[in-house]
Amino acid sequence: MNESLHRLGEYVLLMKKSISIPDRWSMFFKQLIREIYKLGVDSLWIVIIISVFIGTVIAIQISLNITSPLIPTFTIGYMTREIILLEFSSSIMCLILAGKVGSNIASEIGTMRVTEQIDAMEIMGVNAANFLILPKLLGLMAFIPVLVIISMFTGILGGTFASYLGDGGVMTPTTFEYGLQIWFNPFYVWYSIVKSIVYAFIIASTSSYFGYFVRGGALEVGKASTNSVVMSSIMILMADVIMTHIMLT
Amino acid sequence: MIEIKNLTKSFEEKVVLHDINTVFETGKTNLIIGRSGSGKTVLLKNIIGLTQPDSGQIFYDGRELIGMQKKELNTLRREMGMLFQGSALFDSMTVFENVMFPLNMFSKDSYKEREKRAMFCLERVNLLEAEHLFPSEISGGMMKRAAIARAIALNPKYLFCDEPNSGLDPKTALLIDDLIHGITKDYKMTTIINTHDMNSVINIGENIIFIKEGVKEWQGDSHKVIKSDNQALNDFIFASDLFKKVKEVESQIEEG
Repeated sequence: MNESLHRLGEYVLLMKKSISIPDRWSMFFKQLIREIYKLGVDSLWIVIIISVFIGTVIAIQISLNITSPLIPTFTIGYMTREIILLEFSSSIMCLILAGKVGSNIASEIGTMRVTEQIDAMEIMGVNAANFLILPKLLGLMAFIPVLVIISMFTGILGGTFASYLGDGGVMTPTTFEYGLQIWFNPFYVWYSIVKSIVYAFIIASTSSYFGYFVRGGALEVGKASTNSVVMSSIMILMADVIMTHIMLT
Repeated sequence: MIEIKNLTKSFEEKVVLHDINTVFETGKTNLIIGRSGSGKTVLLKNIIGLTQPDSGQIFYDGRELIGMQKKELNTLRREMGMLFQGSALFDSMTVFENVMFPLNMFSKDSYKEREKRAMFCLERVNLLEAEHLFPSEISGGMMKRAAIARAIALNPKYLFCDEPNSGLDPKTALLIDDLIHGITKDYKMTTIINTHDMNSVINIGENIIFIKEGVKEWQGDSHKVIKSDNQALNDFIFASDLFKKVKEVESQIEEG
């Protein structure tokens, strides 16, 4: 319990140190663009590939499992859309990004810590936490919603592709597209975007924390990277429950 | 000048530094020597403010470090340059960008002037040919030189070096020693070097502080170190056969 409180205190203090006015705006914007590119744009392909395939599989699975003649076939498109908009593109995609981006952040900052690069910054009088963490936080919070929107689009595209495959027999492109459009609630898109912004903060801040407080060598950096992914994932799932409860019920 | 008064530091129950009193002079290469675990790295970390001592005072030209306000501390930090044992160059930046980093963060000069200063620092350490290379693409000696160029970019008053020769071949180590010594003289800096390299002690030791088990055991210069009759110092300095012979020859010369 004491250890957990100590860690929570360290995390809060680190965030306080990170979220402050940058020493030099020109350097900050340079870092921000770099982080958006490295953490966000570089994740584009993995997001597109996963979303297309999962969208396709979701549509096929629903189609195969709808056996009752009482359930209309447009339900396949409707359910595919709801699953992708409500949960997959935000929560599941951010869990995947916690693995890719989170481990990257923790290992980068952790390596900088053990090779004394962070100490070098502190000696120069640079607020290392602010210089290293703030651009990652803002970069991810700005770009993960973009990735989520792309994931929604490509996921639904994957489902549409499945309807053209004709797997399961009952699904046709016409009924699938009808299902995609029926009872659409635009709030669900906003709900997903808001969730993704919170998840982006969780991924960037948790991973930065684990990297920043590494002590030791390469082995500890590896452990910090793994721990950051585990902790980010747990935090994302907890935030998912809380936000779903607040925003949808 | 950096003055240390009654500095004591312990970790939990273990006293690592006990009542250290000394002065590091301006324009001289001040060396802290001692066996591994003697407390010299802790002393250096206390001097640069990376760790806080339990008691004692540290004065930078009369300005007390302990309890200094954040703004004043940041101003002081910009007067410091540090050469880390592993160089601590930023991996994601080229050699040139590493040298430009402190200038970009703190200098109010135009980009052209900053660039000119960075190129001057690289030229001073003979590293112009490596300006576009990343730290992973250069040798250990070049990394040290790049780190020195970065450390002097803001024209610091105080230069700290943590084991600058570790991992270098003897010839490169001599080059680094000469470079640090030359820079100290050129810019009249207060340089503190943490080392256990005996070549450095003999070559550039203008003010040497020997730490044994957290206590200042001896202080002098490279001439006095050879003639010293301090047993602990002699055991440390003349541990190798080569240096034992050097001492014997020096003694024979003295006896005529």
